[in-house]
Amino acid sequence: MNPLEILRFALKGLVANKLRSALTTLGILIGVAAVILLVAVGEGSSQSITQNIQRLGANTLTISSSTTGGGGFPGGGAGRSNSGPRTQARQLTLADAKALTDRAQLPSVTTVSPIVTASSATATFEGASHSIAQLVGTYPSYFEAANKPVAQGQYFVNADVSAARKIVVIGRTVAENLFGAQDPIGKAVTISGVPFTVVGVLKESGSSGMQDADDVAIAPLPAVQQSLTGFGSLSQILVQATSAEAATTAQAEITAVLNQLHGIPATGTADFRILNQATLQETVSAATGTFTVLLGAVAAISLLVGGIGITNIMLVTVTERTREIGIRKAIGAPRGAILGQFLLEATLLSLVGGLSGVAIAVIGAQFTIAGIEPVIVPSSIVLALGVSVGIGLFFGSYPANRAAKLRPIQALRHE
Amino acid sequence: MSHPVLRVENLVKEYGEGDATVRALRGVTLDVEKGDYVAIMGASGSGKSTLMNILGCLDVPSAGRYLIDGVDVGDLGEHQLAVLRNRKIGFVFQSFNLIPRMSALANVELPLTYGGVGSAARRERALAALEQVGLSDRVHHDPNQLSGGQQQRVAVARALVTAPAMLLADEPTGNLDTSSTRDVLDIFDRLSVSGRTIVIITHEDDVAAHAKRVIRLVDGRIIEDRRQSPVDGPPPRTSEADRPQATVVGRPPTTSEADRPLAPVDGSPPRTSEAVL
Ligand SMILES: Nc1ncnc2c1ncn2[C@@H]1O[C@H](COP(=O)(O)OP(=O)(O)OP(=O)(O)O)[C@@H](O)[C@H]1O
Ligand SMILES: [Mg+2]
Repeated sequence: MNPLEILRFALKGLVANKLRSALTTLGILIGVAAVILLVAVGEGSSQSITQNIQRLGANTLTISSSTTGGGGFPGGGAGRSNSGPRTQARQLTLADAKALTDRAQLPSVTTVSPIVTASSATATFEGASHSIAQLVGTYPSYFEAANKPVAQGQYFVNADVSAARKIVVIGRTVAENLFGAQDPIGKAVTISGVPFTVVGVLKESGSSGMQDADDVAIAPLPAVQQSLTGFGSLSQILVQATSAEAATTAQAEITAVLNQLHGIPATGTADFRILNQATLQETVSAATGTFTVLLGAVAAISLLVGGIGITNIMLVTVTERTREIGIRKAIGAPRGAILGQFLLEATLLSLVGGLSGVAIAVIGAQFTIAGIEPVIVPSSIVLALGVSVGIGLFFGSYPANRAAKLRPIQALRHE
Repeated sequence: MSHPVLRVENLVKEYGEGDATVRALRGVTLDVEKGDYVAIMGASGSGKSTLMNILGCLDVPSAGRYLIDGVDVGDLGEHQLAVLRNRKIGFVFQSFNLIPRMSALANVELPLTYGGVGSAARRERALAALEQVGLSDRVHHDPNQLSGGQQQRVAVARALVTAPAMLLADEPTGNLDTSSTRDVLDIFDRLSVSGRTIVIITHEDDVAAHAKRVIRLVDGRIIEDRRQSPVDGPPPRTSEADRPQATVVGRPPTTSEADRPLAPVDGSPPRTSEAVL
């Protein structure tokens, strides 16, 4: 018989029990929408974290001194005897930074920014006072490497560094606390008793986590050393690689140069540490990936529950209509037609539920959920829809098959 | 020689197992010729419905053979059986068995739908069948909006609509009042006149009086097989279709003819002498 007729019977069967059909559809709808939305939220948060990291620049490497390496470590004993008396890990110096600018030895490195930091430097301006969370003394290349563009005013340049000019670029928080509504450009502030002239204000980067990234001031390296930290060691060296892919190569090149400079043998433990943004990013992506999988699993369970709902409804429907099945068989309905009708009913339920679930998820993904902008993963749509229809077919086939197999008289006698 | 429409040989049907076994049929052998009109009678529990369900291919016997037009039904597959039920057999149930929430028309169309008839032809034939049972004005009513007699007539229309070779009816008038019973029996008489093979189960002698042949079952065995009129003739009541009315009107009880309408009182049908085999 005509498949269209079977479809007609299936539709009639569903319409005959509107509320039940609607509730079953709702179960699948929630399951499918949950899968798609939760995966989208996971993906969205993962992407936003990745973007946050990328804001630092995926191609940057941060070198800091390590207290565990070098002379303080037994493994470093051989190194000590080779390179003369050394009882402590060597601090990073400007000489180290200079050595890293050698293009011949370090072809993967573009810029090198030595950094000294002074924390909790107190800045005052006309009676207003603010403790700057982080005062950075560095080279102009830092602005690009650390991704801190100036929004207002200007950067300082290499000439300012050579002249150790007392000028400063301040973050938004500092600007607001010291100057309020006034224009800070050109104003003189006193930082730990030393007068600095404000030349620029950084673009607001928004607070990331607990630290206020805008509570910062950046000045030329020698100016900070002269007035605040002294000409000792560096806190960090920020290195920019030619590209994110070259970061690992750059890391190897830096290690080689610094090992040589610090007199550390190939087998020894380095007295410095290199933090690779690319590696960090991979680690974080892996973590957020796990998070997404977890969300997906929770949602998948709700989809499964929806599927059990379909099975249940189909069982009830088939049992309830066993007499009708008997009548249909008695007047010559072939088994395929009966099976087709009930399978189609189950499939329609799950398909309608699944499609509306997709629609709701797509609409829901337009809104920000818990501060995260969901990003829909197309494969999750395909998967959720596929699973929901699969569930309809699989779980619907059991009761349908059972019904279709009955002898007419068995079905007719059913109470 | 042509095959009988129906042939059962040594049919046995047992329900249950072990001590609880019920032997509903204990070796029934029966031939029904084309065009015959058979009434099956017997006490409650004598196996009438069991036999009928097997004849309608709704159930399978425990032992014995069943042939339709010379074809052994036991050899047929599931799909062939479905086709057989659809094309050759029209079954009328005692309890109507219409599908709820489907109009009379849709119910009657259903066998044609399963038979693969196109929708226009289906509608036409279903309407014709409903007209035949006098329900042209009720085609769009659902079963629960119809009286019992009307529902039974819809069920008859559904059984007729595929023009099956035989019509099987299990107590088609069991739930009906006298006038509805007469409606349904009139339809059967007309079908018999037009050459359709009919087997009905009944408890009522009045109903059995319409048949050309009466079979009596006791405890799953045929104990009486009596012919009331020839296979190729009209059913016994058609020629005197107006007799009940005549009785009401009051025919003068003068001649021996007058005894004939009263004859069924003692349970023996008219024309007994000619019909006994
Ligand atoms: N599904 C069944 N399981 C067990 N026993 C059954 C079943 N169907 C019928 N029987 C038994 O088989 C016997 C014959 O039943 P059947 O229904 O054929 O009687 P019947 O002649 O149609 O009776 P009635 O005139 O009351 O309808 C009865 O004893 C009944 O109890
Ligand atoms: Mg019965």
